[in-house]
Amino acid sequence: MRQGSTLIASVHTALDDTELVRFEHDLIAQIGEHRSPGVIIDVAALDVIDSFAALTLRRIAEMARLRGALTVIVGIQPEVAFTMVQLGMGTGDVPTALDLDEGLIVLADQGRGREAPSASSSWGTTP
Amino acid sequence: MDDQTSERTGRSAETGDRAPQHAVVEGQHLLSQLVAHLREHRTRLREEWAARIQQSHLLSAMTPQEMAAETTSVYDNYVEVLETGSVEALQHYARDLSERIIPRGVETHEVVGIVLLLRDVLARSLFEKYQRDFGLLNEVLDAYEPAANRIANTVAVSFVDERERVIRQQQDAIRELSTPVLPVRERLLILPIIGVLDSDRARQLTEQLLSGIRKHRAKVVVIDITGAPDVDQTVANHLVQTVDASRLMGASVIITGLSPKIAQTLVTIGVDLSKMNTIGDLQGGLEEAERLLGYTVTRKEGSTSS
Repeated sequence: MRQGSTLIASVHTALDDTELVRFEHDLIAQIGEHRSPGVIIDVAALDVIDSFAALTLRRIAEMARLRGALTVIVGIQPEVAFTMVQLGMGTGDVPTALDLDEGLIVLADQGRGREAPSASSSWGTTP
Repeated sequence: MDDQTSERTGRSAETGDRAPQHAVVEGQHLLSQLVAHLREHRTRLREEWAARIQQSHLLSAMTPQEMAAETTSVYDNYVEVLETGSVEALQHYARDLSERIIPRGVETHEVVGIVLLLRDVLARSLFEKYQRDFGLLNEVLDAYEPAANRIANTVAVSFVDERERVIRQQQDAIRELSTPVLPVRERLLILPIIGVLDSDRARQLTEQLLSGIRKHRAKVVVIDITGAPDVDQTVANHLVQTVDASRLMGASVIITGLSPKIAQTLVTIGVDLSKMNTIGDLQGGLEEAERLLGYTVTRKEGSTSS
């Protein structure tokens, strides 16, 4: 779940609302713990992102910003992307990227990701 | 089974009753006689047929040799169907034939025409053979006509089916071509839109673009709508949504070649255009895209053109 100083949270299964709230709490707590300047949320495994999930992602990004970390959302599927737009729920000002590698590059560009990360191998499974 | 039918035939012959079974048996008998006759005079009838095709100026796209080959196999197939009553082989052959001759511009009326000509030629020869015995001729024709009509039907339907298949294939190809997503450089896609954008095409465009972004891992997409004369509100909205969705997938979209009319439409609907990166023409769009990706294009002579 952690790669260098960047926090990487990957969502593996569809989360219901309570799980989302817990996810939010955990993530925000961890940003403080690890003093992470960058957070990547990988939603590649999700084939549905409902309005609450989108809202939560935006809230996480906002809270992370307040705690000094930049959030990037990566791996939004094409169908999901279009549905989200059609329903009028974007990610607001939260930057997005195609996949993890891209997300790390975005963070690096913003000066938050340290040196380019080495081979992306082992991070935990559950958020 | 044989016993039974012969018994029946016997009985109906006795009573003089024209039972359907009787007709069928009689018909089959006559058909085999007929087939034997057609086999016997194969060359003569085939040539007569070919001559009549030429007379009516059908199949002018074919050379005489091809015509001879095709007429022979059509003739044989025809006789075989008369004999067996199974149209499957003929169906297969007709489809095969259609596949060969459709690209050469053979029309439906020609194909139907030659099959009907063959039917007439054969019927004529039957008239000739049985002209002495009018009753027998009638029965022979009773057996021959339904079979012949079924053949004509099968050939025509197979031909039209094949034609439709070709049309469908071409439609698919056109649809595919109508929204090409072209990688120009690593991570840079161009999507030229030419022709009227209706909502169907717009939806397809979105799908192709989004999957193209993922496939080519694109960072920048240039959508060039120089070739689109007009968009309506729905499509304009759809376009804006496509841009947003692309952004969600981590690609920035540059729109180029907005015509005054489309620009007007977009402003009139009042969609949020602040996030839309638009540039006057495709050239400018490409230059901007290259800048975003960090490319610099340099002329070899030393003068920079980027």
